[in-house]
Amino acid sequence: MLRKLVALGLVAALTGLAVFWIVTMPAAVPASALSARTADLGNGREMFFAGGCASCHATPGAEDKTRLGGGLGLPSPFGTFYVPNISPDPEDGIGRWSEADFVTAMLKGTSPDGRHYFPAFPYPSYQRMRLDDVRDLFAHLKTLPPVTGRVRDHDVPFPFNIRRTLGGWKLLFLDGKPFQGDPAQSAAWNRGAYLVNGPGHCAECHSPRNALGGIVAAQRFAGGPDPEGKGFVPNITQKALGDYSEKDIAYLLETGNTPDGDSVGGAMAAVIRNTSQLTAEDRAAMALYIKSLPPVEGPKKPEKKQ
Amino acid sequence: MIRTVLAAAAIAIGVTAVVAQSDPIAARRQHMKDLGAQTKTGAGMAKGEIPYDHAKAQAILATYVEVGPKIPDMFPDASKTGGDTAALPAIWENKADFKAKADKFTADAKAAQSTVKDADTFKSAFGGLTKNCGACHETYRAKKS
Repeated sequence: MLRKLVALGLVAALTGLAVFWIVTMPAAVPASALSARTADLGNGREMFFAGGCASCHATPGAEDKTRLGGGLGLPSPFGTFYVPNISPDPEDGIGRWSEADFVTAMLKGTSPDGRHYFPAFPYPSYQRMRLDDVRDLFAHLKTLPPVTGRVRDHDVPFPFNIRRTLGGWKLLFLDGKPFQGDPAQSAAWNRGAYLVNGPGHCAECHSPRNALGGIVAAQRFAGGPDPEGKGFVPNITQKALGDYSEKDIAYLLETGNTPDGDSVGGAMAAVIRNTSQLTAEDRAAMALYIKSLPPVEGPKKPEKKQ
Repeated sequence: MIRTVLAAAAIAIGVTAVVAQSDPIAARRQHMKDLGAQTKTGAGMAKGEIPYDHAKAQAILATYVEVGPKIPDMFPDASKTGGDTAALPAIWENKADFKAKADKFTADAKAAQSTVKDADTFKSAFGGLTKNCGACHETYRAKKS
């Protein structure tokens, strides 16, 4: 009887492991899915600034924000992530990556050696990007200067350092769907929605997260504690931005100036360095979409310290 | 009794006034508010929501030129904490850089006083000038709550 029970337990455990192994398998985009095409470098540049790649990947302190040597530490409740080198350096950067490797990283959150990326890399947003936009972005990155220097490993304690468990995280928070437009809305609104939700990944900071680190869908864009633990990220729905006109939002994205005469600071200053480089049409489209976000109450802000 | 209360009240008012004068946190908040009020007008003109007014434009620049040089001294060592402040410790850890950024703001504002002649020159100068605000707020101000 005991032997039977033990055997049954073993079978159950092995089945569980096998299921875990299968459902947490990192997904990839095969090279065969990419038909031959000529990259549009102008569009790649626009995607580079819409995506704000340099905000995290530029070597900290460097004046030249096209040197993507990485190394910035991103503190989080799960440990500190060190941003990798994505310059075209063949040894330390992504110089040897194939286009399929890059597309897989952006759309599936999987590395060329088949491991899950931590979602500090905002692939839950990037998965919404159009395939051609990702391919153009890769072509643009290839034109930037190679930077030597391998970045140190993440400082993430057990159990979060077991990458395979991120497969479970992806099951919960990564639906793999491309951007879905709203045919009832204008082309400009759809462009704005795409830029904000896809490459722009605005919701990654401007939303509260649950205990597992996933965005609370019902409070998307309603602000919340800074994931880096340094303060509070503002609500950008009409709950908080009711006084902002579309023009105010577009002007903020261009200059960093708010309509009340203040300027944005913290991580948003780096965002503005990128959005200021976008076309005026793209900024206007983002503003149109953001102005249309229905008012949502965000998490309570902490009491002001005296 | 009433006299005592009145005397106490008078002293209290006097003390409050002195504290307000020697409170660097309150003082710099007021300076930043002054800058913000001018910047609000400037942003309105740059966006074309307020018609360009040369006197207003020069008044904005004059405030920048006046307040800018005071910025490095608005953050004495004794004012790191204690009041309602969003100033980050990084200010005191990188004093040279903090001062350099403030000096650049003042220098840019002074330069703009002669280059700004009309709506177009104002718009381009103002965009560059206010980049200096973000440059400091990025590193030296806590996220607003």
